[in-house]
Amino acid sequence: MADTLSFELVSPDRLLMSADVEAVMVPGTEGDMTVMAGHMPLISTLRPAVVDVYATWGGAPSTRIFVRGGFVDVTGDRVTLLAEQATDLAELDRAALAQQVRNAAEDVSLAKTDQERARAQALHDSLNELLSAVE
Amino acid sequence: MASLKDLRNRINSVKSTQKITRAMQMVAASKLRRAQEAVEAGRPYAQRMETVLASLAGSLLDQPGAPGLLVGNGKDDVHLIVVATAERGLCGAFNSSIVRAAIQKIELLKRQGKTVKILTVGRKGAIQLRRNYGNLIVDSFEFPGLRQVGFAQALPVAERILAMFEAGEFDVCSLFYNRFQSVISQIVTEIQLIPAQIPELPAGSLNEGLGLAVYEFEPDEETILRELLPRNLTVQVLRALLENAASEQGARMSAMDNATRNAGDLINGLTLTYNRTRQAVITTELIEIISGAEAL
Repeated sequence: MADTLSFELVSPDRLLMSADVEAVMVPGTEGDMTVMAGHMPLISTLRPAVVDVYATWGGAPSTRIFVRGGFVDVTGDRVTLLAEQATDLAELDRAALAQQVRNAAEDVSLAKTDQERARAQALHDSLNELLSAVE
Repeated sequence: MASLKDLRNRINSVKSTQKITRAMQMVAASKLRRAQEAVEAGRPYAQRMETVLASLAGSLLDQPGAPGLLVGNGKDDVHLIVVATAERGLCGAFNSSIVRAAIQKIELLKRQGKTVKILTVGRKGAIQLRRNYGNLIVDSFEFPGLRQVGFAQALPVAERILAMFEAGEFDVCSLFYNRFQSVISQIVTEIQLIPAQIPELPAGSLNEGLGLAVYEFEPDEETILRELLPRNLTVQVLRALLENAASEQGARMSAMDNATRNAGDLINGLTLTYNRTRQAVITTELIEIISGAEAL
């Protein structure tokens, strides 16, 4: 299968990635799905997890990106991923991440209001998820 | 008549002021470039968001259970005015023009018998509004010492607006900021955040021809829209903050350019007076010497 999709990953701050790829594995809230050329037009929300981008289908993913909060828009030969936060796994420092997880856990225990605690907890959980994705 | 020494001091002090304004102008110029890049970088996300939202909202707008963020809560009594200004001054009329536009709106709403609440973002606006409308300000956001405004700043502002809306503290929310037109022109802009203003689908967009019916939604449309609208609000706030940052630097740049030029004019005038006075002093001295010699 040689048909390609134009894949774009956009965060509020900038356009993170724009490339022609053969397939993208998207972690939707209702389940993971692999999008290839000719996929049905679709809009789905995302759960915090890793997006696998396959420049050529088969074998290992060419790029793995952790995204948090966002949605994906698929139209025919175009995939647009809007993420509130996105981190390329290749650029990720494991030690720094582990430290972030610890900081987040500390924030949870230090939070004064319920709202603060809920937010810190959400951050902690998603960081944990990210950490387990790296390992 | 000022003495020579006074004039000399005056010239020196204006010169050092000119140095400062010139430095500020150059700093603003380099910051402006970065701010402009940030605005550019934020555009793709906002555009995509708009496209998706436009295609989604069209189908849900007339339905009874449509989300409040989209259609409002049916009332128009309490208005929340969000005033986004800069942290610092010395940027010409940048801050006061935003505040003036906001005040006009506030007065208009008051005349119509509406209740007005104010939320300020940025120190300067808070200071200017506190004088006359201190009792209306419900909250203020300040980001002192911030180098580059970003998503992290827009999020708490948007969350606060959302929390207030959900608590029923206001019905309509609009935001004031300066849209960046060019270095010398920034336009005070008002956008309505709640109920959301859904842009028309641009002609020739990707979704055209596809229609909405063929779209598959996961989960269903309404859930997605509920998820999307708060996010759209954050993006709108972020865009306003970014535009504001670029406008601020542009305004500061032209203000400081003017100040540098004025200082130059002042120095020229003072130098002329200084030289005239100096020559007058010399002439007087010569006349004294000559008349002294003649008297002998």
